[in-house]
Amino acid sequence: MSTLVDLFSYVAIGAGAIFFLAGTVGLLRFPDTLTRLHALTKADNLGLGLVVLGLLPHVAGVLPALKLIAIWLLVLLSGADASQLIARAARRGEPRSRPGP
Amino acid sequence: MIEVFHLVPALLIGALAVYTTVARDTFAATVGFIAYGLMLTVAWVQLHGVDVALTESAIGGGLTGLLLVRASAKLRATEAAARAERPRASTRLAAAILAAAVSAGLAIAVLALPDPAPTLAPEVLANMGPTGVGNPITAVLMAFRATDTLLEAIVLLLALVGVWSLAPDRVWGGRPGPRYNADPDGILAFIARVLPPIGIIVGIYIFWVGADDPGGKFQGATIVAAMWLLVLMAGLTDAPPISRRLLRAGLVAGPVAFIAIGFAGVATAGAFLAYPDGWSKPLILVVEFALMPSLALTLGLIMAGAPERAEAASPREAAP
Repeated sequence: MSTLVDLFSYVAIGAGAIFFLAGTVGLLRFPDTLTRLHALTKADNLGLGLVVLGLLPHVAGVLPALKLIAIWLLVLLSGADASQLIARAARRGEPRSRPGP
Repeated sequence: MIEVFHLVPALLIGALAVYTTVARDTFAATVGFIAYGLMLTVAWVQLHGVDVALTESAIGGGLTGLLLVRASAKLRATEAAARAERPRASTRLAAAILAAAVSAGLAIAVLALPDPAPTLAPEVLANMGPTGVGNPITAVLMAFRATDTLLEAIVLLLALVGVWSLAPDRVWGGRPGPRYNADPDGILAFIARVLPPIGIIVGIYIFWVGADDPGGKFQGATIVAAMWLLVLMAGLTDAPPISRRLLRAGLVAGPVAFIAIGFAGVATAGAFLAYPDGWSKPLILVVEFALMPSLALTLGLIMAGAPERAEAASPREAAP
C-alpha cells in the first residue's frame, strides 16, 4: 500500500515539475506578454497543484493537509489577479514594469 | 543527492548576487535582489532556520524589495543621466579594492570559525523552562536578548522618521504617498476586498504560533502591513495624515509598553528587561501584543512613503 502511495506521489510531483519546467521555457521563449503570462499560469496553477497533490498523502493529519490546499488556493487567487493586472498594463501599451532597453 | 539540493541554491544565490551588482538597469537589479531574497529563504529553510527564513522572505525579500521597486520607479527620470556618468578609474579601483578587502575579510572570518562552532544553544534549551515559551528563538528574542528586540522595534521607528523627513515643508503633516485611483470595479479592487480578511488571519496566526513554532510579530506584522498597502493601492481607503495624534500614539505604543515593562523589571527583578519569577510568559505576551500593531503600522507607513499631499483643513481647524 505504501509503495502505491509513494508511486502516486512520484508521478504527481514529477508531473508538477514538468509543468514548472514547461512554464519556465514558455516564459523565456514566447514572443509577447500575453503568451508569456499564459505559460506562467500553467506552472502556478497545475504545477503547484500537482506538487501539493503529491505531498498530501505524506502530511501528518488533516490540518497540515488543509494548509497545503489553502496555500495552493491562495497562489491560484493571487496568480490569476496578478496576471490580469499585468495583462491590463500590457494592453494599455504602458509598460510600467519594463523600462526600455 | 543531498549535496545537489544544497549546492543548487548556493550557486543560484552567488549568481543572483553577481547579477544584482553588475546589472546596469536599476529595475533589473531590484528584480535580481528580490529573487536573491527568495533563494536566501530557501537556503535558510534547508539549514532548518525557519524563523530566519520567514523573516528573510517577509522583510528581506518582500518589504525591502518593494521599497527598492518604488525607489527605482522614482529614479527612472534621472536613470539615463546617472548611467552616462562614469566614475574615474581611480575611484573605481578604490571601490574594487575596498569591496575585495571586505569580501576577503568576511571569508577569512567564516573560514577561521572553530569547528564545531561555539554555541549557546544547549544553555538556551536548559534555561527555557522559566520563560514559559516553547520556541527557543522566541525565548532568546523576548527573554534572553530582549534588548536587541527592543532596539529593532525602535530602529524601525527611526527608519519611519527618516522616510517622513523627505517630505517638503508645505506637505509636512499631510498624507503619505499618492492617492491611488484604481478602477473601483477592477481586479485590484476585487483582490483588495477578498484577500485582506484572509491575510489578516494568516498574519495574526503567524504572530500567535511564534510562542511555540516558527513565526513571530515581525513576520506577522509584515503580512498585516501588506494587506493594508493592498487596500491603499486599490484606492479603497486613503492613508491617514501623519500629523494625526492617534496614529502617532499607535506608532509608539508598542515600544513604550516594552520600555515600561523593562523599567518595571528594574524594580521587581533587579535588572532592565528582567521578568520576575513566574511572570515571564504573561509579560512576554503583553509586550508581543503591544508591539504587533505598532510594528504593522510602522512597516505599512514606511512602505506608504513620505507625505506628498497637504492635508485639507479639517472642519474643526477651519472653525474660528
